Amino acid sequence: MGKFKDNVIQPILDCWSLFVGLKVTGKYFCKPLVTVHYPRQVIDNENLTTYGGHVELVGKPKDPATPKCISCMMCVTNCPSKCLTVVKQKAPKPTPEEEAAMKAAEEAGEKVKKPKAPKNPAKFIYDYTKCSLCGTCIENCPAKSLRFSNNIYWVATSRKEMKIDLLARLKEQANEMPAAAPAPKPEATAAAEKEA
Amino acid sequence: MSAYQNLEQMKGDFYTQKFAAGKQDDTLIINMGPQHPSTHGVLRIMIEVDGEYIVRAEPVLGYLHRMHEKMGETQTWGGFIPNMGRVDYGHPMAWNWAYVGAVEKLMGIEVPERAEYLRVIMTELNRLTSHLLWWGAYVLDLGAFTPILYAFDDREMLLDILQRPSASRLTYSNFRVGGLQMDMDDKCIELIKEFIPHFRKRLPMYKDLVTDNIILRRRIEGIGIIDQDMCRRYGCTGPVLRAAGVPYDIRRTEPYSVYDRFDFEIPTEDTCCSAGRYLVRLAEMEQSMRIIEQALEQLDSAEGGHIVDKAPKPSMKPPAGEAYFCVEGGRGKIGVHVVSDGSKVPYRIKLRAPGYSNLHAFVEAATGTILADAVAILGSLDLIIPEIDR
Repeated sequence: MGKFKDNVIQPILDCWSLFVGLKVTGKYFCKPLVTVHYPRQVIDNENLTTYGGHVELVGKPKDPATPKCISCMMCVTNCPSKCLTVVKQKAPKPTPEEEAAMKAAEEAGEKVKKPKAPKNPAKFIYDYTKCSLCGTCIENCPAKSLRFSNNIYWVATSRKEMKIDLLARLKEQANEMPAAAPAPKPEATAAAEKEA
Repeated sequence: MSAYQNLEQMKGDFYTQKFAAGKQDDTLIINMGPQHPSTHGVLRIMIEVDGEYIVRAEPVLGYLHRMHEKMGETQTWGGFIPNMGRVDYGHPMAWNWAYVGAVEKLMGIEVPERAEYLRVIMTELNRLTSHLLWWGAYVLDLGAFTPILYAFDDREMLLDILQRPSASRLTYSNFRVGGLQMDMDDKCIELIKEFIPHFRKRLPMYKDLVTDNIILRRRIEGIGIIDQDMCRRYGCTGPVLRAAGVPYDIRRTEPYSVYDRFDFEIPTEDTCCSAGRYLVRLAEMEQSMRIIEQALEQLDSAEGGHIVDKAPKPSMKPPAGEAYFCVEGGRGKIGVHVVSDGSKVPYRIKLRAPGYSNLHAFVEAATGTILADAVAILGSLDLIIPEIDR
């Protein structure tokens, strides 16, 4: 009798767990979707702003097209993947007047004042194929000129496209958003509220 | 002899030639993997089967070997941290912690209290994602498709929380020597506080849907016995050892950081089987949540910032010497041994992966079982192949 109970009745009773599982499935079947149908719908903006995409340059607050970067090369030396290339600008050729002044200074035995190179980089190339998104460059930037972008939907069809010219990207961004102030104007928010 | 048998490539590779048929007649040698879905990537197991029963099994490793240890000898001390996120995609923060902790020990840096609590919170959240990923994938291996969708629903919420302080969603590398990359914002803490009650409600649903399911129980109960003796011989740690009835957890036996301030239990099972390992992991999720709750309470009164003042630069020069630091990862004891000769570049880095030891117990546990059970045993060990091959 014991064998009959163990081998026949108990397995049938155990099958109740399948119905319990089905109940859970049915319950969640009636609940709204948790996924997003991507091209038609997108996830909310808050998740995009906290997402760390590829690295990008930060513009000066008054002049968004030029980066805060001072070409100190801290990002390049500290990058573990060696994916950044920064080329410093060369000093401009001295004008005839400056040359004369330099000569005069040299003859008089004074300190020669050479024209200084601008601090902004001439080239800032970033190879996204190598980047491991560790954020070491961002932390070590003394001018706070680098940050993670929110460029989440970006795709590239070739390896060449993955090499991003960050200076060109910054100019593009500055052209797209001519308003230098990040906070929207009070009129604009009022209009948005009306629409909502 | 047909024409095909003379071809050189029909001989097979090194492992095929070495794995000769045993004494028994009528056996078949098959390759499970490297492309088998249940091997989670690229583990290859050569199996000699007699009918449906496994006579011999031998794992073949190295398909995902990326020389992480050698890479450490070419990078700067700080530059090796991103590598630690890639060693184990399941629980990368524990690996981060093991490496950073070893370097801190070498340099004698004391981490601020707040950073310690933040590390605990993030590592425990990461442990939850690790166990959820394992849970979904394991049940998927056994033939149930829908549970992984429930697991990823919860995991997605955790990833949204973790991307705020770390700016990444899978391969975290936000630990720094002396603290963390970023502090948690208020919104992040609020989200964690919302998530924990939500997840507490989900765990009974997991139990109803999967753990109590008679099909799953019949498949994993009493399968793949790895007892205390075997664990000692192979060096198994983590849930594999705890399912054998040994309450060994680095967080309790050698408390590092601030783990001695929390009240939590170490779940153990005496069954030694796959079901035991399954239940230990599910119970661990609950304990992780308890730790997070206590850490959040104590976080407000913690002193210091998220990183120590004057934190060392990535090109730091630790004094010559060596240090070992171990933490409890999702799969077991993670140890990192670093040796410095006083230069910018590490002299040697040794990584102790728990999965490597756990995998070798599979050979003995699987011998004599049927092929379908081998998948159930392999899955219950929670193997992450990148971690095993390193």
